[in-house]
Amino acid sequence: MGYDAKLRVWRGDDEGGELKDFTVEVNEGEVVLDVIHRLQATQAPDLAVRWNCKAGKCGSCSAEVNGRPRLMCMTRMNTFTEQETVTVTPLRTFPVVRDLVTDVSFNYEKALEMPAFQPPAELKPGEYRMAQVDVERSQEFRKCIECFLCQNTCHVVRDHDENKPAFSGPRMFIRAAELDMHPLDAAENRKEFAQESQGLGMCNITKCCTEVCPEGIHITDNAIIPMKERVVDRKYDPLVWLGSKIFKRAGA
Amino acid sequence: MSEEIERLSYDVVVVGAGGAGLSAAIAARQAGKRVAIVCKSLFGKAHTVMAEGGAAAAMGNVNPNDNWEVHFRDTMRGGKFLNHWRMAEVHAKEAPDRIWELETYGALFDRTPEGKISQRNFGGHEYPRLAHVGDRTGLELIRTMQQKIVSLQQEDKRDHGSYESHIRVFAEATITRLLTDGNKIAGVFGYQRKTGEFFCLDAPAVVLAAGGIGKSFKVTSNSWEYTGDGHAMALLAGATLINMECIQFHPTGMVWPPSVRGILVTESVRGDGGVLKNSEGKRFMFNYVPEVFKAVRDHRGRGRPLVRGPGQQPASPGAAAP
Amino acid sequence: MARAINSEIKAGRGSPHGGIFLDIASRRTPEYIRKRLPSMYHQFKELADVDITAEPMEIGPTCHYVMGGVEVDPDSAAARGSIEGLFAAGEVSGGMHGSNRLGGNSLSDLLVFGRRRAGVGAAEYATKIGERPKVAQSDVDEAVTEALAPFTRDSGENPFALQAELQQNMNDLVGLIRTADELEQAIKRLQELAARVHNAAATGGRAYNPSWHLALDLRNMLLVSECAAKAALMRQESRGGHTRDDFPKMDPVWRKVNLICKLDESGVQVVKQDIPEIPTRLLDLFEIDELHKYMTDEELTRHRDGGSLSDTTAASEGGAVNGVRRETARLARRRRGW
Ligand SMILES: Cc1cc2nc3c(=O)[nH]c(=O)nc-3n(C[C@H](O)[C@H](O)[C@H](O)COP(=O)(O)OP(=O)(O)OC[C@H]3O[C@@H](n4cnc5c(N)ncnc54)[C@H](O)[C@@H]3O)c2cc1C
Ligand SMILES: Cc1cc2nc3c(=O)[nH]c(=O)nc-3n(C[C@H](O)[C@H](O)[C@H](O)COP(=O)(O)OP(=O)(O)OC[C@H]3O[C@@H](n4cnc5c(N)ncnc54)[C@H](O)[C@@H]3O)c2cc1C
Ligand code: SF4
Ligand code: SF4
Ligand code: FES
Repeated sequence: MGYDAKLRVWRGDDEGGELKDFTVEVNEGEVVLDVIHRLQATQAPDLAVRWNCKAGKCGSCSAEVNGRPRLMCMTRMNTFTEQETVTVTPLRTFPVVRDLVTDVSFNYEKALEMPAFQPPAELKPGEYRMAQVDVERSQEFRKCIECFLCQNTCHVVRDHDENKPAFSGPRMFIRAAELDMHPLDAAENRKEFAQESQGLGMCNITKCCTEVCPEGIHITDNAIIPMKERVVDRKYDPLVWLGSKIFKRAGA
Repeated sequence: MSEEIERLSYDVVVVGAGGAGLSAAIAARQAGKRVAIVCKSLFGKAHTVMAEGGAAAAMGNVNPNDNWEVHFRDTMRGGKFLNHWRMAEVHAKEAPDRIWELETYGALFDRTPEGKISQRNFGGHEYPRLAHVGDRTGLELIRTMQQKIVSLQQEDKRDHGSYESHIRVFAEATITRLLTDGNKIAGVFGYQRKTGEFFCLDAPAVVLAAGGIGKSFKVTSNSWEYTGDGHAMALLAGATLINMECIQFHPTGMVWPPSVRGILVTESVRGDGGVLKNSEGKRFMFNYVPEVFKAVRDHRGRGRPLVRGPGQQPASPGAAAP
Repeated sequence: MARAINSEIKAGRGSPHGGIFLDIASRRTPEYIRKRLPSMYHQFKELADVDITAEPMEIGPTCHYVMGGVEVDPDSAAARGSIEGLFAAGEVSGGMHGSNRLGGNSLSDLLVFGRRRAGVGAAEYATKIGERPKVAQSDVDEAVTEALAPFTRDSGENPFALQAELQQNMNDLVGLIRTADELEQAIKRLQELAARVHNAAATGGRAYNPSWHLALDLRNMLLVSECAAKAALMRQESRGGHTRDDFPKMDPVWRKVNLICKLDESGVQVVKQDIPEIPTRLLDLFEIDELHKYMTDEELTRHRDGGSLSDTTAASEGGAVNGVRRETARLARRRRGW
């Protein structure tokens, strides 16, 4: 049943901070967010934490738990031993606002630069016809809950702020792929845009983004690699040959 | 108060960035207005993302007998005739156009074999009527409209030089008061959650789209946002509230374990074959359901038997299991 | 259905944690379940180590949606009451769903009333208003004072504890099944809580401070709770999302009544208001036998006598004579085999 867990939580703001130790009660079936909330209600009322749905649907509660990027509401406490100290820190790639809350505006700025869906001129509303098999590929990417864990994990920008201007990150690559594969999107140049303006070429398909995605989106295999493969000036991207190998092995 | 307060001016302020708020903001912007959207969470994370089952619209894609009149009737029956008839009518008539409009923004609903938007059955709807995307329909709605807003901002950047010339999103900001001038709305007052700084938006028109009140209850499917802010601020500004005694308790929220308390089991679990059992392992709904259905059948007169067993689509020509 | 679950639980046939079981595992293959309900499968597995393809779920009544809300004009979404320039759409508005919302009717409601009504309504109002109303500095100052108050209460109460008390109170006394006794108790406790909420304190600074945010939210939670409890006490019948153990039946006389909440110096007031009459052309969509369930004999007699119920929009919607429309509707019904 219940036990007292050792929790270490980063507290501070953009000017600095430190890890603080707490002992918090944990009950059967609870997740990290439950425990953070109990901490807030009983010991640290001003502890800043971002959350909304507590159901893995909104992508608000992203943080690093024992160094691994996770949704706090989807991380069960019984994945740790009762003796283990559970350390919760804010996402490292984005500036801290306070405690566990980071400034993720980078992602919204990149989204603003992403050319929108272009409706087919010849079809009126209600006339769209698409086969399920054709929409499924884009639907996989539309499962994205914008938790930005992939953005946080990608080594191109993690600890490399200097790459941020040129690199939109995996979240935006799947958006490009989604539009590219949309059966009725009238824009032609999604892949080229990804390559030229989003920094697709900087990605060297380490797949770290795929590994942390709570939605299980095959970011690398299903979005990044197919786009890299089909980008027109493929010879500028030395990693494409590797990509095609992985892509074939995946059997797609 | 010597504190410096940011003051900005808009034509329309929308409080809330869920499905209702974003729809209103798009419409107001398309009518040429300068719009501010304020929401407590990050942009794109409003409570609407939690909706799973689907959006009801009598498009008749799965069963061609469906039309607005049938939808209207179901809605009135569901509301036990306490509905405002005109709202139920407008809703039933216009819902299909609104769903189709989302497709023009890039939404990707699940499809029928003919490639139209698929529609699924849901309790109380006579025909398969809910446009859906797996079990994340709310997310699709929010994301689609979020992206539509981005596309409008891109147009504004092209035409007026700034993304924010006509739509600005104040995310993680909470409105605490509606400000009035006599009996007219004059603006809103609130604070930025990140910094705690106050701001004031002047506007002659305010759209409240602040969602519900579920957080006043211990067991709820609703998120922290649902503290009834919109309801309360409307009251404080002199508006009236209607039907406040009518609160829907979802019959099937998880009660155990605690990490999932309040999380809903989608109604489609029952549609897809789930049954309710008591501690004796008995399927107890059968003790009730025939009664309910008998009542339903009574008021539809003789004719089509309404036996809708678990997982079955009603027997109708156009029916197709998605 | 919620009532059926409730009575099983009350009869002592509930699950160990006060719910009942929902079983899909024994009725469908794991592959089928995973295909049809991917995110649910995923969610329960990940969140609670519950495998819905292998074991039943423990479920029970959960507060989900409020049908009540801002009273609006159906065509412009403008709020009623003593205020101009305010519009409402979505769950915060009321009227559309009556006493119970059908699943799926909310998302469509957001789109229809958000866009065509509130968005357009607000834009039109902003266009024709002429001179813009002015925000008074004194109102801003007052709002600032109110917002900062939780920081000035040194010996104030913990807002999290207050919230928990409020939630327990509403769950226990204004929940799924209600009685006059419990509702009266609830209202009393809300009044006691109100005094304490005025003393909710925030600790720490202003940047991203949840205790401050909650201290401010409590005002709103309390107000809507009071509305719900008072209206629930007044409506002496059971209908849709309002169930009174002491008045278990639906009453056609109560159908003619909307309960309206407004605020004055002494707090939330609930008043009765006639519900707008349904035009004949819409009533014609129902069999008279069904209408008996909902309407009084007097209403039905008027309806049967040929549409003396108000029928304001019939003309603009096509202009057919009532009798003809009714006959057409009847034929259509027969054709569709109802
Ligand atoms: C688990 C779940 C499943 C559901 N499934 C379905 C379904 O399948 N089909 C269906 O039709 N309906 C469903 N519903 C109901 C539906 O999701 C909601 O009724 C609907 O999303 C409400 O949308 P909205 O636009 O009114 O508000 P929301 O999406 O809740 O948005 C409210 C917005 O207002 C903002 N806000 C609130 N207060 C303030 C303030 N003081 N200052 C600034 N901003 C504020 C919030 O930040 C948020 O952006 C479901 C609900 C739940 C909980
Ligand atoms: C959140 C939610 C989810 C829903 N999901 C589904 C779903 O998945 N599938 C589905 O089919 N419907 C579903 N419904 C719709 C609901 O079942 C319909 O509104 C139904 O018609 C009303 O049933 P009720 O018992 O809730 O309502 P009530 O108002 O209690 O009952 C409706 C009518 O049935 C009669 N009645 C009810 N119970 C009994 C009984 N035990 N014995 C005799 N008569 C009785 C009542 O007198 C009344 O005339 C859902 C409703 C809600 C609120
Ligand atoms: S695969 Fe590419 S985008 Fe993903 S983490 Fe690696 S480098 Fe970054
Ligand atoms: S792709 Fe996955 S990890 Fe990245 S933001 Fe979306 S849901 Fe999160
Ligand atoms: S709170 Fe929504 S994903 Fe965790």
